[in-house]
Amino acid sequence: MHELSVCMELIDQVEAIARTHNAERVETIVLQIGSLAGVEPSLLENAFEIARLGTVAEHAELRTERVEPRIRCQVCSHEADAGPSDLRCPACGGTDTALIAGEEMILARVELLQPAD
Amino acid sequence: MCDTCGCNITEGNRHLLRADGSHAKVTAVSVLNKLLQHNDDQAQANRALLDSHGVLTINLMSSPGSGKTSLLEATIKALKGALRIAVIEGDLETENDAARIRALGVEAHQITTGTACHLDAHLVAKVLPQLELEHLDVLFIENVGNLVCPASFDLGHHLNLTLLSVTEGDDKPAKYPVMFRAADAMLLSKTDLLTVLEEFSPERAEACLRNLASKAPVIRVSAKTGEGMQEWLGWLYQRLEHYREMRRENLSLRPAVQSEGRKLHGLAQPELRFKPVSKLETV
Repeated sequence: MHELSVCMELIDQVEAIARTHNAERVETIVLQIGSLAGVEPSLLENAFEIARLGTVAEHAELRTERVEPRIRCQVCSHEADAGPSDLRCPACGGTDTALIAGEEMILARVELLQPAD
Repeated sequence: MCDTCGCNITEGNRHLLRADGSHAKVTAVSVLNKLLQHNDDQAQANRALLDSHGVLTINLMSSPGSGKTSLLEATIKALKGALRIAVIEGDLETENDAARIRALGVEAHQITTGTACHLDAHLVAKVLPQLELEHLDVLFIENVGNLVCPASFDLGHHLNLTLLSVTEGDDKPAKYPVMFRAADAMLLSKTDLLTVLEEFSPERAEACLRNLASKAPVIRVSAKTGEGMQEWLGWLYQRLEHYREMRRENLSLRPAVQSEGRKLHGLAQPELRFKPVSKLETV
């Protein structure tokens, strides 16, 4: 599974942020994962258990927020939630729609423990 | 989604950017960065290198055993003397596929990924310097046979070609929407077997693809009998011509699904990365 590759990049980014902010350690990592991102949150959490070892994020909690697909119809401009394998417009039935949410794979927030002043 | 213009900030996450002004020990940093940024940066560098030589690069994806290498063999034979082709092969193990391509007199590089289920931009970047790009028209990258992972990694290619063989279920596009949504063209392969596989309906396969809001053409091919090869090669020539027109204006091509994301989110410069805020709850 490619979730471990994604996690390695995640750890690289988190380590860079921790360095920038002179953090002692990372407390929490918040991700936003669209259901059309091709990444499974539960597998990502398993991979994170491995990827975080020996890093500043070793004791961090990983939280994933799921983002469901949402479409905008290019014909009738209707916006609606959609299922992952049915992105048709529920108003006019058309297949000419744009995906406006649901393929995010985003590092949204990191909570850092910094040394006391 | 992009991480450059602030489009990642939605009603759902806007609260993360608000600071409460206290001096808690724990600091929350709002990032809104793409998780695969590192891969995507390398992919962009790969694309720039390929563009500097005008090499149209096509990423082939499908399940294992759906006929990617056979399609490439038939394509190479049909285009001999007309287009200059090279192939990058991705597999977990063995050089078998590269050997099949080399037997036809075409340069082929095998990437063995070990246990990794997909190619990524860094693996491709290691191979590109070994190719004589200045002598190529088209580069095919045969990805690891897998309908899940390869779709998430930009390699720096220009087009995605997804194969669905008629020995599989015709509802595969509904079952693997991430992969099939990424296709610039869907090839139904092994169509010579349709006569004995009545349960596979090409119409149903296409309907499943259209439900993903895809406009990609569906082309029926048999590498064995040559059925549909003219249509597939016609599409290839048409895309090559389009790519060359883009290059004349110093532009490039991206797979349709990536361009859609960029169009939606614009290309503004980042303002909000690493904006520090204090944690809302006390620790």
